[in-house]
Amino acid sequence: MEYIESIRPLLAVLVSLAAMPLIVAAGKRPNLREAVTFTAAGIKLALIVSMVPAVLAGAQYTYTLFEVLPGVPIAFKVDGLGLMFALVSAPLWIVVSLYTIGYMRGLKEHSQTRFATFFALALSSTIGVAFSSNLLTMYMFYELLSLSTYPLVAHMQTPEARVSGRKYIGYIMGTSIGLALPAMLIAYFQAGTLDFGPQGFLSGNVTPEVATALLVMFIFGFAKAGIMPFHSWLPAAMVAPTPVSALLHAVAVVKVGVFSIVRIVTGVFGVEMLKELNLGTLIATIASVTIITASLIALSQDGLKRRLAFSTIGQLSYIVLGMGLLAPKALLGGSVHIAMHAFGKITLFMCAGAIFVATGKKNVSEMVGIGKRMPVTMICFLIAALSVIGIPPTGGFFSKWYLLQGTLESGQWEFMVVLLVSSLLNAAYFLPVAYKAFFCTEKENMFPGPRNEGPVQCTIPIVITAAITVSLFFFYDIFTGLAAIGLGVPAP
Amino acid sequence: MTDQYPSLILIAPLLFALFVFISSWFSRKPAFIMTAIALGLSSASAVGLLAQIMANGPLSYRIGGWAPPMGIEYYVDHLNALVLVVVSCLAFWNLIATRPDIERSYGDKAPIFYTLYLLSVAGHLGIVVTGDAFNLYVLLEIAALSGYALLAMGNARAHLSTLRYLFMGTVGASFYLLGVGYMYIMTGSLNMLDLARLLPPLYESPAIAAAFGLVLVGIFIKMAFFPLHAWLPNAYSDANSPASSLIAPMTTKVMVYAMIRICLTVFTPALAFKSVWFSNGMVWAAVVAMVMGALFALTQKDMKKMLTYVLISEVGYMVGGFWLGNRLGMTGSILHIVNDAVMTLCVFLCVGCITFRTGSTQFESLKGLSRKQPYTMAALVLGGLAMIGVPPTCGFYSKWYLILGGLDAGHYEFVAALVFSSLINIVLFFRIFEIAFFEPYGDMHGDHYHGPPHEKIQDAPWSMVLPLLVVAVGLIVLGLYSGSIVTNIIDFAIPATII
Amino acid sequence: MTEFLQTGLTAHYNYWIYIILMLIGLWAMMAKVNLIKKIIGMNIFQTAIILFYVSIGAKKGGTIPILEHAPGHGHEYIMDAALYINPLPHVLMLTAIVVSVATLGVALALALKTYREHKTLDEDEILSHLSE
Repeated sequence: MEYIESIRPLLAVLVSLAAMPLIVAAGKRPNLREAVTFTAAGIKLALIVSMVPAVLAGAQYTYTLFEVLPGVPIAFKVDGLGLMFALVSAPLWIVVSLYTIGYMRGLKEHSQTRFATFFALALSSTIGVAFSSNLLTMYMFYELLSLSTYPLVAHMQTPEARVSGRKYIGYIMGTSIGLALPAMLIAYFQAGTLDFGPQGFLSGNVTPEVATALLVMFIFGFAKAGIMPFHSWLPAAMVAPTPVSALLHAVAVVKVGVFSIVRIVTGVFGVEMLKELNLGTLIATIASVTIITASLIALSQDGLKRRLAFSTIGQLSYIVLGMGLLAPKALLGGSVHIAMHAFGKITLFMCAGAIFVATGKKNVSEMVGIGKRMPVTMICFLIAALSVIGIPPTGGFFSKWYLLQGTLESGQWEFMVVLLVSSLLNAAYFLPVAYKAFFCTEKENMFPGPRNEGPVQCTIPIVITAAITVSLFFFYDIFTGLAAIGLGVPAP
Repeated sequence: MTDQYPSLILIAPLLFALFVFISSWFSRKPAFIMTAIALGLSSASAVGLLAQIMANGPLSYRIGGWAPPMGIEYYVDHLNALVLVVVSCLAFWNLIATRPDIERSYGDKAPIFYTLYLLSVAGHLGIVVTGDAFNLYVLLEIAALSGYALLAMGNARAHLSTLRYLFMGTVGASFYLLGVGYMYIMTGSLNMLDLARLLPPLYESPAIAAAFGLVLVGIFIKMAFFPLHAWLPNAYSDANSPASSLIAPMTTKVMVYAMIRICLTVFTPALAFKSVWFSNGMVWAAVVAMVMGALFALTQKDMKKMLTYVLISEVGYMVGGFWLGNRLGMTGSILHIVNDAVMTLCVFLCVGCITFRTGSTQFESLKGLSRKQPYTMAALVLGGLAMIGVPPTCGFYSKWYLILGGLDAGHYEFVAALVFSSLINIVLFFRIFEIAFFEPYGDMHGDHYHGPPHEKIQDAPWSMVLPLLVVAVGLIVLGLYSGSIVTNIIDFAIPATII
Repeated sequence: MTEFLQTGLTAHYNYWIYIILMLIGLWAMMAKVNLIKKIIGMNIFQTAIILFYVSIGAKKGGTIPILEHAPGHGHEYIMDAALYINPLPHVLMLTAIVVSVATLGVALALALKTYREHKTLDEDEILSHLSE
């Protein structure tokens, strides 16, 4: 294992942090302000991409920022998993920033500067989580993310938004301080270190009972992963503007949650230890409950964003399920799903937002025939939906495929059933939306009239991410390669 | 000159108090400068002293050259050197940060305020630096009396609140005095180090147990340890902001220091932790303090009063951490003295800036304050995050040590109470953030609000806001340096016998 | 019981008096509603402690602590500590008395201010004024 000491991980985190004061200063000139955002996002992406070759070859970038407490520094380590996650978030920031212009200006939203500033901070924290080398650093960036996204969730400042903001902070910080923090300290107390290791750092240092308790505390403590019953913040947060829902609740916030769980499974406990203690089944069962329940609830939701929210909750638990199966293919499938689902879901959310800007409609029942009005948008919607369901030729097919193979590898048939049933449910709540959008009688059509896709700054990002979703079917090796290196499993 | 640091720390404010008072008969102008010079000298000496102690180890300073145990001795080791730096710098910084408020609130009486300020600081510094048990009582009362005078100059209720504080404080100090009397009867000495030498054969004696109890109860009253806290919320919230932002961060922490000093140096851990049920009981009492402080804070509708209850909760952290009896817990407790002083200073300075412009800290008056006073609110956000315990602010790191200490000692109730109080702090502070930052404004169009009234920023004057921002940023810097403070100073402050 | 009366009570009667005085003072501070009576109670409490200290320096047959020249040796003198009562508690209590007086002064000033504001020294009445 080659370790490259480089400041690049730190710079990737700091770029958007440094952009914040510039964004605030440019507040009065919107174009300059967006230009700052794009520049920062571009630099961030460049830094991240520059680290890909070395990591694919087996090296890891490290950087210690500050030895605050002896033995537990604020430090960065870029391995395959973290880099894969960063590679998902950073480009999507660029895409969503373009989308934001269309959406926020289209609706003449208030406080756009505040929005852009905290967006930058949120991305900083996300990359920080991706590149953390120990549990404390990751916890720090996790909290920072919670705090920086709160103003985004409560942005509308309506009473509804404030209640959602309270729910958001209540669930997310309540669990992170109430469960994850004590668990982290107990782990440190027993093991003497918090550095993520290839075999985890807890093995041999804790009794089985303590290990089980810690595992449960961590899984529920990272409520950003949307594991039930701490999931209610997600649908509530849909009251935020769609760019927030798109990036944060499809890509950044929720993926940070599951990424943290991935790190817990692989870096804190280690697959071997979990196998010995038979804890994998516990994880997988908790995840399965969420998957099935969320998919069922999604069926009943009329609000499109709420339906997408519950779909997200279910999809996140796929990742956790993959982790719980403990088989190499399953681990790979779960990790890669972070990427595949991100691109698909963000497309879906952006479509929902574009529909709202163009027509003012929020509910599925009011979207009959919308394919005639906004064909490009709805085709992308369909493509992304296929990806989330897991049908080729979209990227989402691969992650589901690996997950299924993982259930075979670990011999746990019941979870294969869970996967298949939930895929059916996914189809049940997505496909009718697309069908009704395109195929309806003249009488049912609620959108007679000429084509109007909405602002072009909204449509272009949607097309971009939908295209990426399809291209991931062919060019999946970047993400699977990084994930495989990070997990230490053979790449397919 | 460098040899005289211990006395210079104390003499500068005392002497200058006299000068300021005399100069006030002639002119109002020099009062501030003289106070600033005095506190500057004090802070510089404290820092110099800390450097000396870190290089050479503890030192003893004899007042007037007379030898202990008859003469009064100042004993400075890592523990009080650290607290001296904290108290003197805090007092100095608070002076600078609240100057416009002082001039406006007191007008012609400002020199009186400065005199009392200097006396109060001198008293507190003396408590920290002294090595003589009776001298501690004297300075305790100096600090208290000047504190009463400072706090009484407040709103309409201030006189009565301060009078009640006076009653309780006097009882506390008198109990302390009585305890010292018992110790004097049994040993014939008042010098702390001498007592430490003379007490061990007497550990079984009921008089010494009584002395221990009396001294501790006296100090608990002074530090507002639940349930002896009743004086604090009213006394601090009815006072004027410059006074409360001095006294609130300073007094309770200095009293916690006094408790630590008495238990570690005079009675030594051998006696203090001899009775297991006593130290366990103290941890439970601290748990109750933390929980009740948090719950009371929830019920408040005024931000300043809410913060005083948070302060009571924080006292519980420090007391509980100490009585865990292990190195981690005591490290947490001492680190929290430093951290809590800075955090409390930050939030009370915010309160000062808010009252300067808005006049009230009732939640009703805080609506939409982030537009009018963005810098103050930014500092309040940092202060709130530190109190919640979010890394990398300093509050997280003292909680780190306290929780580890609780785990090490098997006191899981202490860990649970710490987590509970952090969760309550989230609610307390986010309630304020919501009111200040996310109040609905403008009219409804469709389902979002449009047309923000672009309020002009009318924050407190820069001479108040800038020092406040420095303190707020300092919370993060202090957090990052927690490890160095622990390894270089606090580790030496705790006796080697504590593991 | 008799043993207690003989050794416990009569031998240490001074301590018992001071404790009773202290308790009277404390009770006055807590139970009385008139501010001046509270202040008087506080003073009684502090005085009791001062008396306690002074009494511990007393000795049977001791004389006031002023040095005398021993007979017949000019400037030399021999001090036999056992002949003099212990001056240290007296010295300490001088300081404590000053503190007590200063506290009394501040307390009276505050009570005066309160009286001017509310025209009454009754704590209950004042509290009801304030809660209006």
